Amino acid sequence: MSQAALETTGPAFEAGRPVTAGEPLLALRGVGIGVRRRRRASEIVRGVDLEVFPGQKLGIVGESGSGKSLTVLSVLGLLPDPPVRLLRGQITFAGQDLGTLDDRGLARIRGAEIAMVYQDPMTSLNPLLRVRTQIVETLRAHGAPRDAARARCREVLNQVGLQEPERVERAFPHELSGGMLQRVMIAMALAVSPRLLIADEPTTALDVTIQQQILELVEDIQARTGMAVVWVTHDLGVVARIVDQVVVMYAGRVVEKGPTRTLFAHPSHPYTLALLGSLPHQGTLHRQPLTQIGGTPPDPARLERGCPFRSRCPFAFDRCAQEEPPLIERGPGVAAACWKSPDEWKSPDEWQK
Amino acid sequence: MAEIVLRATDIEKDYPSRRGPKVRALRGVSVALAGASTLGVVGESGCGKSTLARVLVGLEQPTSGRIELMGELVGGTVGAGLARRIQLVFQDPFSSLNPRLTVSVALNEVLAVHHLVTGRPERRRRVDELLTMVALGPRFLERYPHELSGGQAQRVAIARALAVEPRVLVLDEPTSALDVSVRAEVMNLLSRLQDQLALSYVFISHDLAMVRHISDTISVMYLGKVVESGPYEAVLGAPLHPYTRALAEAVPLPDPEIEAGRRKAAAGEVLTLGAEPLYGCPYHPRCPLAEDLCRAQVPDLVELRPGHEVACHIAAREAPVGTGPAARADQKETSP
Repeated sequence: MSQAALETTGPAFEAGRPVTAGEPLLALRGVGIGVRRRRRASEIVRGVDLEVFPGQKLGIVGESGSGKSLTVLSVLGLLPDPPVRLLRGQITFAGQDLGTLDDRGLARIRGAEIAMVYQDPMTSLNPLLRVRTQIVETLRAHGAPRDAARARCREVLNQVGLQEPERVERAFPHELSGGMLQRVMIAMALAVSPRLLIADEPTTALDVTIQQQILELVEDIQARTGMAVVWVTHDLGVVARIVDQVVVMYAGRVVEKGPTRTLFAHPSHPYTLALLGSLPHQGTLHRQPLTQIGGTPPDPARLERGCPFRSRCPFAFDRCAQEEPPLIERGPGVAAACWKSPDEWKSPDEWQK
Repeated sequence: MAEIVLRATDIEKDYPSRRGPKVRALRGVSVALAGASTLGVVGESGCGKSTLARVLVGLEQPTSGRIELMGELVGGTVGAGLARRIQLVFQDPFSSLNPRLTVSVALNEVLAVHHLVTGRPERRRRVDELLTMVALGPRFLERYPHELSGGQAQRVAIARALAVEPRVLVLDEPTSALDVSVRAEVMNLLSRLQDQLALSYVFISHDLAMVRHISDTISVMYLGKVVESGPYEAVLGAPLHPYTRALAEAVPLPDPEIEAGRRKAAAGEVLTLGAEPLYGCPYHPRCPLAEDLCRAQVPDLVELRPGHEVACHIAAREAPVGTGPAARADQKETSP
């Protein structure tokens, strides 16, 4: 594989990916999201390119403020506008440019073709309506007749493994536990048989045992229906368990992407390396110091020249302060926004200072 | 084993409930913490781990049971002198620091309230020393909490806890509210402080990887009871209680190779306090191994291996006292 610097926007980058079966279901090209205040616009998500192929499981990893949630909200046209809006770039879904659609066109895709599950089910469900009313309402909004909607509601509640669907559909949200509510949310998302499910930290508020059930549930449905899944999370364990492609975001841009196994075994961006080292895992000795990333992530709205990670990076050199690195191909389907290739890095021990 | 600095015996904590029976948050919990060591407490939400933290530091009075700190009975007539030997660090540093006080004022206040350091220059020196301990320079003195990152704020909260020279820190989810990249910083700091100051920690978390990383011994709680406790390698490496096994298997590890080969095991819905079964082992409705005995009789916490206690009828039957590593491997194979 050539190590030459290569902008990822070109077709040459795509040629290297392992999953190229047909057209991407979802593609983001040069997406920039920002806040426009008075006449000045500051971009907080910059130049994001990513694609999701049918049936693929993509993970978007990043810390709070990395822009991962804004990125997926932009896909659904759900950015909190004002003040946050899509400033540039193109989002295509199944070959259709979402930017050319009016609100009604977008509403048709949102919910029917692309469904979303949020972190906190308690705040995404209406506390005053019974579960059944909310699911049936969703289906009716997409044109299902009442009887069919009722039947489908029962069916999907069954599908998500809820013990007593008859009781759950009559329940109000407060009568259900967090795990049950998240199942209801997933049932609601699946009711319309979407081709893409976007899950924004859907298990963060749940206990690990319940998280495990939700992960298995989504994997199950995914295997059965072949829908694609975009999983937004900060939990690298969840990523390792369920996704096959990873995008790592830092300070509003994609800093690394690649197949899950490659990315975990051979990270190509120092930030990914540090994130992996900061967690105790198999092979970490008891009480051995963990990799510390000094400093804090920069404010994506106030970035200085150069690489946004350089102040926290032990491998930074002159060029990093001058020029921001583009995504550079580092292997089959792997690209990282770092001027140095991993073999030019010093030993990872350099992190401990 | 080093001397025991903190020992809680048969702690019960009930909360009255307006309708229905009282909520029994802790039911006969006993823990012991050796000097300069860490006790990890794990369990799902609602298992009583935060209640235990509050009871240990004296924020809540236990309904019954005794707590001894450095050999002395806590509560009753014992004054602040003993109470300050145990301090609590909360999950969210921003809600535990006063937003209107600078770091310097917040730390000075603690020293003044406890009459620890008299004289302004001495106090100033002590504040500098505390900040140095948590690896923050004097430039942080005049900062307000909103001018700190999550990791820095948590370090200030730790410095404030250390100001009163405690022997024991109770850390209630100290890294859960922090971003992944700064968790390591707080964990490394805690390890270093423990070595420097011979501190003992009660480390409460649902993050099993972090608990395993820092703890010497681990107690697993379920519905207000300790169901398994012992050395960290034994409890998380070769768990004997089916609940600990379910918990350990549920945590996704940041390693796709391991994840690919993992068994799938669903663990059933969590029961909330007050919804537990009336008879038998509190875990039996979720337990894949439950038999008639489990539905009828509450298992006692029994020492099945040296220092390793388990409250499970089946584990007790299958792993008789004194079995070696061979039996341990056998035990693993028979797990669900």
